Amino acid sequence: MTLPEPARRIRVRPLTRANLSIQATLIGLTLLTVYSFTTFDSRNIELEQAVRDMFDNFRLLLLEPRLKNVSVLEMLHQLFVTAGLGLLTTIFGAIIAFFLGLLAAQNLAPRWLTDVIRGGTAFIRAVPTVLWVLFFAVSVGLGSVAAIIGMTFHSAGYLIKAYSESFEEIEPGVLEALRASGANWWQTIFQAVVPASASALLSWTFVRFEINFSTAIAMGATAGAGGIGFDMFMASGFYLDLRELGAFTYAILAFAIALEWGATRLKANLGPQRH
Amino acid sequence: MQPDIFQLRQRQSALFFVLLSGLTYGAILLTNYDVVQGLTAIPRAFVWATANFIPDDEAWQRLPRILDKLRETVLMAISSATVASALGLAVALLGATTTRPHPWFSPPARAIASVFRNIDVSAWALILLFSFGQSAITGYFALFFVTFGFIVRVMIETIDEIGTESVEALRATGAGYLAIITQSVIPACLPQLISWVLYMIETNIRSATLVGILTGTGIGFSFDLYYKSLNYSSASLVVLVIVVAVLLIEALSNAIRRAVL
Repeated sequence: MTLPEPARRIRVRPLTRANLSIQATLIGLTLLTVYSFTTFDSRNIELEQAVRDMFDNFRLLLLEPRLKNVSVLEMLHQLFVTAGLGLLTTIFGAIIAFFLGLLAAQNLAPRWLTDVIRGGTAFIRAVPTVLWVLFFAVSVGLGSVAAIIGMTFHSAGYLIKAYSESFEEIEPGVLEALRASGANWWQTIFQAVVPASASALLSWTFVRFEINFSTAIAMGATAGAGGIGFDMFMASGFYLDLRELGAFTYAILAFAIALEWGATRLKANLGPQRH
Repeated sequence: MQPDIFQLRQRQSALFFVLLSGLTYGAILLTNYDVVQGLTAIPRAFVWATANFIPDDEAWQRLPRILDKLRETVLMAISSATVASALGLAVALLGATTTRPHPWFSPPARAIASVFRNIDVSAWALILLFSFGQSAITGYFALFFVTFGFIVRVMIETIDEIGTESVEALRATGAGYLAIITQSVIPACLPQLISWVLYMIETNIRSATLVGILTGTGIGFSFDLYYKSLNYSSASLVVLVIVVAVLLIEALSNAIRRAVL
């Protein structure tokens, strides 16, 4: 007995909506990428030579770092200023986001209120942090005050979204049970919502601290916030000193990797988290 | 006697808040932050904005030029994210536990990703300014490096989460390494990859504004130019255009995510 030959090839990948969208997205991204290369404003740079320069520069940067215009202590001080900027804006952002996040969670607040807050935070997040900082700098001048308010705005926008989504993951039964037993709104928050979502909140806050540390470097370079970002900007644009820039790069790299390690440890200790 | 759990919890949270307040106070001293000035600045800034930070007729006439710069920035964000993700996927395949050709490939792949990701995009821009000067290529590579590092990390995790079953099944049928990768691993993690690429495009548009200020290109340069020449109404139009673009792209990528995942 012979098996009948299959008439045609079996469709291994069915034409579902998901598969079609994947292909459309990939094709779209490829076309946009190709198009962007044709319109690239390279300002007449010899690309081949420049790439060779880049590797040369990386060698100087990574293999021969040294400090010249600032001492090691001064560099560490500036690194901690940057970390301090990141920490302050994360804490301020977290405090604001905790309260507004409660009001933006659909299981804790009326629909109209959550819609207003979500719309507002979507707007705040859509403005890049540097533009917030420069916006506030018009009234208070360039410096740590403008940087801290601007970065706090963006942090709060980000954390309100993250927190409110964590609050919404709470079992509805728990809230219902507390409400049925006559607990008022604040009692439900502090007896059910906060204990249940504390580890998620902590984890998101730490993620934002990592982001804010990076942002603080950028604000030092572009918006006069001080810290190690400003030193890097001077080494790059003013002293044209790659070796010194290399030393600063190692400093921020070490700090950022330590933060990332801390975040991973925190997540492991807090048990399974969303990723 | 068993310690009172409520008292213990209370003591722990009290300690936590004392520690946090100490850190906050230290950071305020370290950064020379003026708390009073910070609080009064917010209403002052918004009062000022209602009078001065609004696009006027002159600003609207500049709209075509601003939109042209925006197009440049958005395209740069998309193309750097796309190319970096393709390369990142290749490196992630070499580094992930289930697909690596040899266990020795993992540590270098993870280390490279860590270095690229943990140097901030502004720092990359400052470094690359030495080689490419004030051109779009500086920004392109800065975004490229950070995206690359990020994609390698998340794709290593994604590939390892997918698990070994499908890989083992294909290996049992005698499929070669390339066949396993292209027929099983890549199709399985493609939706996640697309979701991360879209996330990086969103991030890159915001970062591109920042990098543009440093390298004198794109929409960041437009803003910087109007801002430094105190032409705040045109600067506000730039902000408005960025906000609309970011929200549109977020909406689009959320729609794609819903269709793909």
